[in-house]
Amino acid sequence: MNKVLAIAGVVVKELYRRKDFYVLFVLTALITMLLGAVNFFNDPKIVRYLKEVCLLLIWVSTLVIAVVTAARQIPAEKENRTIFPLLAKPVTRWQVILGKFAGCWLAAGIALLLFYLFFAVISESRGGTAAAGAPVTAAASGPHDHDAHAEEAHSDDAGAAAPARRALLTYVEALWLHWMMLAVVIAMVLLGSLIFAMPASNATIQFIVIAGILLLGEHLNKVALRQVEPLQTILQVLYFAIPHLEWYDLRDFIIYDHPPVALWACALATLYAAVYALVFLLAAWLVFRRKGLTT
Amino acid sequence: MGDVIEIKNLRVEYPGRNRAEPARLAVNGLTLSVRAGEVFGFLGPNGAGKTTTMNVLLGFVNATGGDAYLFGVNVREPIARQRIGYLPELTYYYKFLTAEELLRFYARIFGLPRAETDRRIDSLLKLVELDAVRRRPIKTYSKGMQQRVGLAQALINNPELLILDEPTSGLDPLGRMKVREIIQRLKQEGKTVFFSSHELGEVETVCDRVAIISQGQLREEGRVSDLVAKYRCDLERVFLKVIGYEPQPAN
Repeated sequence: MNKVLAIAGVVVKELYRRKDFYVLFVLTALITMLLGAVNFFNDPKIVRYLKEVCLLLIWVSTLVIAVVTAARQIPAEKENRTIFPLLAKPVTRWQVILGKFAGCWLAAGIALLLFYLFFAVISESRGGTAAAGAPVTAAASGPHDHDAHAEEAHSDDAGAAAPARRALLTYVEALWLHWMMLAVVIAMVLLGSLIFAMPASNATIQFIVIAGILLLGEHLNKVALRQVEPLQTILQVLYFAIPHLEWYDLRDFIIYDHPPVALWACALATLYAAVYALVFLLAAWLVFRRKGLTT
Repeated sequence: MGDVIEIKNLRVEYPGRNRAEPARLAVNGLTLSVRAGEVFGFLGPNGAGKTTTMNVLLGFVNATGGDAYLFGVNVREPIARQRIGYLPELTYYYKFLTAEELLRFYARIFGLPRAETDRRIDSLLKLVELDAVRRRPIKTYSKGMQQRVGLAQALINNPELLILDEPTSGLDPLGRMKVREIIQRLKQEGKTVFFSSHELGEVETVCDRVAIISQGQLREEGRVSDLVAKYRCDLERVFLKVIGYEPQPAN
């Protein structure tokens, strides 16, 4: 385990010593801050739309960090020939793969945490998730309920703390599931980096696959039902075989202030991600295990 | 003393890049052994199979046939590399790390305790004269300095066997001298050194035994003094004779 952590540590150090990561982070932070600072006539729909844009930006940025970092790990080791002094030590190729995965996942997790913290601070400072929902409720209840609202406003502290706690739990769940999704993505990209010749081609293919799963994954079984055989079976098999990354997207829960996902569902999603990540890592090891490396 | 390196009938074949290209035989039935405590020179012209043999010993390439052992353990087992140090021909290190961080990383891979790691890093950086620049990223080092970092990383686990692939290649005379001094110092400490080199004068100075290979096959093996006596010439001429080079008469 110590060897895996040592390799992971080098991956994290490399990422945080590269300038491109900071460029992406500063750019995302700046856009989030700008969008968060703008107040469009106190219209909750526009505020929600801006939140949606900010969260989409965070999703794209973290995906770029995860895919680009994972795609170059093993090819860069080969290209810079740093793989040779490393493999000349008592380390197995499985430990190298696991270390690379752990490093990328940890680095993506740190980036994700920073992004979510930043978004939460900006969002809450502009009225918060609970507050974003409040005007809609007020508008729906009509102008005759002023007394009822006055009573609500003077209700006890425990009543006010509940939505905040709920919003916090939603944030934590969104962050956790997002991170779990990145585990699957990183494992998938690491496998791709051992199959495709160039990191750029691997990254491009992975982006297309990930975007395809996120946008079309949940509709694949419905599409399958309208097809003729054997396409129907192929699409159904594909539907059950692909990792459903779209299940990990809780952006709407944050934007529309939905109640948090049940904890058992979160645990199940975590298990699902762990199984897929492990399958991809095992496949990567099978490819890498017997690969000859010539100095 | 027992054999530290044992190579038995080793055969390595590289497949062709496409179906039309035939497989290339890099090593063909090589049998060799290196005893504990000796400095062993592994010689041969370019493309003879030296680096391929080293790649098999280090687990980078799998042998097509035959076996290779380090300290009696098959080279396919990662544990076989616990007691070895390896210095590649060129500097292949994480250039964004400092020399100290790089050594600490490799020490963790070997599972060295923290106190021992600190002690070894201090002594090795002093040995290779990089103590003053230990916190500078490796990318800012000169080629000679990078090669010395390489030597330090090869010694981080206090190895019993050192595998050096052309350790003085591309170094200035001072750098070569320093590497040679370190090899001699390791020899005095009773370490086994297995190295390939094209610098035959250097090989003659530091090696106890040499093996000369050509076209993947062992052509000659023995003590340097015995080979020089047998062929009645210096090691350079021995090498040329063994690989079958006929000098052209000058006009």
